[in-house]
Amino acid sequence: MTNLNQIDLTDQFIELVRQAATNLPRDMENALSKAKENEDHGSAADGALGTILLNVNMAREHSTPICQDTGTPIFEVYYPLGVSTRALADQIRQAVSVSTENSYLRPNAVDSLTGKNSGNNVGEDFPTIHFHEWDENQIHVDLLLKGGGCENVSTQYKLPDGNLGAGRDLEGVRRVVLDAVHQAQGRGCGPAVLGVAIGGDRGSSYLKSKQQLFRELEDENENEELAALENQIYEEANELGIGPMGFGGKTTVLGVKIGAQHRLPASYFVSVAYMCWANRRAHMDVSIENGALEVNYE
Amino acid sequence: MNKLTTPISDEEIRSLSVGDSVLLNGVIVTGRDAAHKFMVEHIINAPCPEEELVFCADLEQLLDGGIIYHCGPVVKQNEDGSYSFVAAGPTTSIREEVYQPTVISHFNLKGVIGKGGMGQNTLKACENQPAVYFHAIGGAATLIAQSVKEVVKVYKLEFGVPEAMWVIRVEDFPVVVTMDSHSNSLHDQVFEASKEKLSSLIK
Repeated sequence: MTNLNQIDLTDQFIELVRQAATNLPRDMENALSKAKENEDHGSAADGALGTILLNVNMAREHSTPICQDTGTPIFEVYYPLGVSTRALADQIRQAVSVSTENSYLRPNAVDSLTGKNSGNNVGEDFPTIHFHEWDENQIHVDLLLKGGGCENVSTQYKLPDGNLGAGRDLEGVRRVVLDAVHQAQGRGCGPAVLGVAIGGDRGSSYLKSKQQLFRELEDENENEELAALENQIYEEANELGIGPMGFGGKTTVLGVKIGAQHRLPASYFVSVAYMCWANRRAHMDVSIENGALEVNYE
Repeated sequence: MNKLTTPISDEEIRSLSVGDSVLLNGVIVTGRDAAHKFMVEHIINAPCPEEELVFCADLEQLLDGGIIYHCGPVVKQNEDGSYSFVAAGPTTSIREEVYQPTVISHFNLKGVIGKGGMGQNTLKACENQPAVYFHAIGGAATLIAQSVKEVVKVYKLEFGVPEAMWVIRVEDFPVVVTMDSHSNSLHDQVFEASKEKLSSLIK
């Protein structure tokens, strides 16, 4: 085994799925712990966060899903020239099928016409896989499990929006994102992480908003204006008092991540990807070192 | 903390108020989108189909004074053919709003467990029946699965694992009352308070 394009990564993808489904990232867990300390002792918010943290630990310990809605698996695959994306896609589909058998994933792919569940998380364009060729001589995979409850409260605005007084500028973006948090109330299983995209067309805007969710909570935006807006929306969304599960409280969001892309002169879309507290992301790096396969999930 | 065991009495339900934490015990039944549609279209609004008579009779008995849990679990089948719950947090309840009041009154439900709360029609049904809405912690799937001590039976497995109606026995399942039988909804209160705050932030 000397070549990245000769290896079968199915087992590594299964482990990646297991990690994502059962092991909440540390930055999320730390943020939830801090949030609990900040809530009034004995309040419903305090109780909800306590249950969440207990559950996070149990899921890790038992290697069982943090949440039963293991969502849409979204794979972002970075690969060097020469690796077959078709082979990788087959391995990913095989891996989600085995992961479903192993109860890391719930069977979540439903035929939209017949209503029949495929039973193994494989279906038409399911799971979601995006490939990106890059210059590194290794394969990097990001995986996000995006649950359905929070997907249902994700939304898109077309600016200007007269009702919210939102024009085509960052002040307009601030207004619509706060409205999205208010509209969601507790239905998206907050405290949330918000992925926000400015610009693009409807499709690319939604995609960009989801890709923001791969950023760690500590990650600071390189663009100063967007970094400031992320902080402002974070503070103000928490002033809304919706709280964990919508029970009321001080913690409504744990993070806000904003990206921007070019748009048509005629369109100004703002998409908000609402991610539940179970922000299940995992990643792996695969390389060949001295002829041997090296896999790192850290 | 309050402990309740199914079947639950009207007095027990009337004594509950918004914000109360409760540990639920006894046999409950899961049901979400496909189950609610089926119950309303094929049991409540039409005579029970011939081939479903046993299921219909069982359901009437299980839900009288009982609880429906909005949940699509991850379930493992054991080697002896029995089932175990692996992950079983609540799903969003509002999708059942069109069906819930009818289901509550037809079966004499005492409670619905879910997440996100429900609308005015369910709140009204809770007042009349009486019944309450129990909010489980969304995403706490492993923890809740641990409180499921036995999978007693499964109906409508043809709906798929998440949509099937699982009859389960739970011990100390942790929930919070967010809609009571006195027309109080924590969801309405939080919505109104946060709306006021939003107005001040974008005025």
